[in-house]
Amino acid sequence: MLRIDQETYDAIIAHAKRDHPDEACGVVAGPEGSDRPERFVPMVNAASSPTFYEFDPTEQLSLYREMDAREEEPVVVYHSHTATEAYPSRTDTGLAMEPNAHYVVVSTREHGNSDGPVEFRSYRIVDGQVTEEEVSVFATIEQLRSQD
Amino acid sequence: MSVEVRIPTILRTYTGGEKAVPGEGATLSEVIDHLEGNHPGIKERLIEAKDGQSDLRRFVNVYVNDEDVRFTGGLGTSVSDGDQVVVLPAVAGGAGDVAEPANRI
Repeated sequence: MLRIDQETYDAIIAHAKRDHPDEACGVVAGPEGSDRPERFVPMVNAASSPTFYEFDPTEQLSLYREMDAREEEPVVVYHSHTATEAYPSRTDTGLAMEPNAHYVVVSTREHGNSDGPVEFRSYRIVDGQVTEEEVSVFATIEQLRSQD
Repeated sequence: MSVEVRIPTILRTYTGGEKAVPGEGATLSEVIDHLEGNHPGIKERLIEAKDGQSDLRRFVNVYVNDEDVRFTGGLGTSVSDGDQVVVLPAVAGGAGDVAEPANRI
């Protein structure tokens, strides 16, 4: 199960809406081993594409160095689909290289840049195997922390 | 030349869980060959044959002292004593069918 606080959940959706019709991407970092997404880090989609996303390699290195220094890991890796459902594509599955991460896919196909509900789903992707998981949204980050 | 090679989570199965391992070589190519000697199987996760030549896989990022090697000569990038080599799988995907699975790490 993915446990996430409302503010971070909303921030992912806002990023996806803002970048529509291009795919948006980013991570939510959290303390190593905590499985708790705490620090929202939107990334630039270096591909600027409606069907593909890729972190800029130099920005990615900075992000990973920063996470290392803070003893964090990418608890959530998120991106948007802008014309299709919020389910990992063959490309997503083939390129998923963080076995410990929750892969969040949101779909902006219904409302684009406008207000309105967005599909928000989460998966584990390990060795090409996709497993959908429940998403549990907590009102505050403190409530999320008190789960442990 | 002795360098440190930082290993991403996905490849730590080859290094017994180690996040960083020692490397030897004068170029990135030699460092990877040396790595393969100590951690068999890791090389083919990083390199593929393209048009009869070896090259880094499309979705593998390698940095020498924070410089993306794609801009410094690829596998021929020279390394010096004390350099740090970082390997990161690209974070990429998307709705379109554009990625060849063979290109991944």
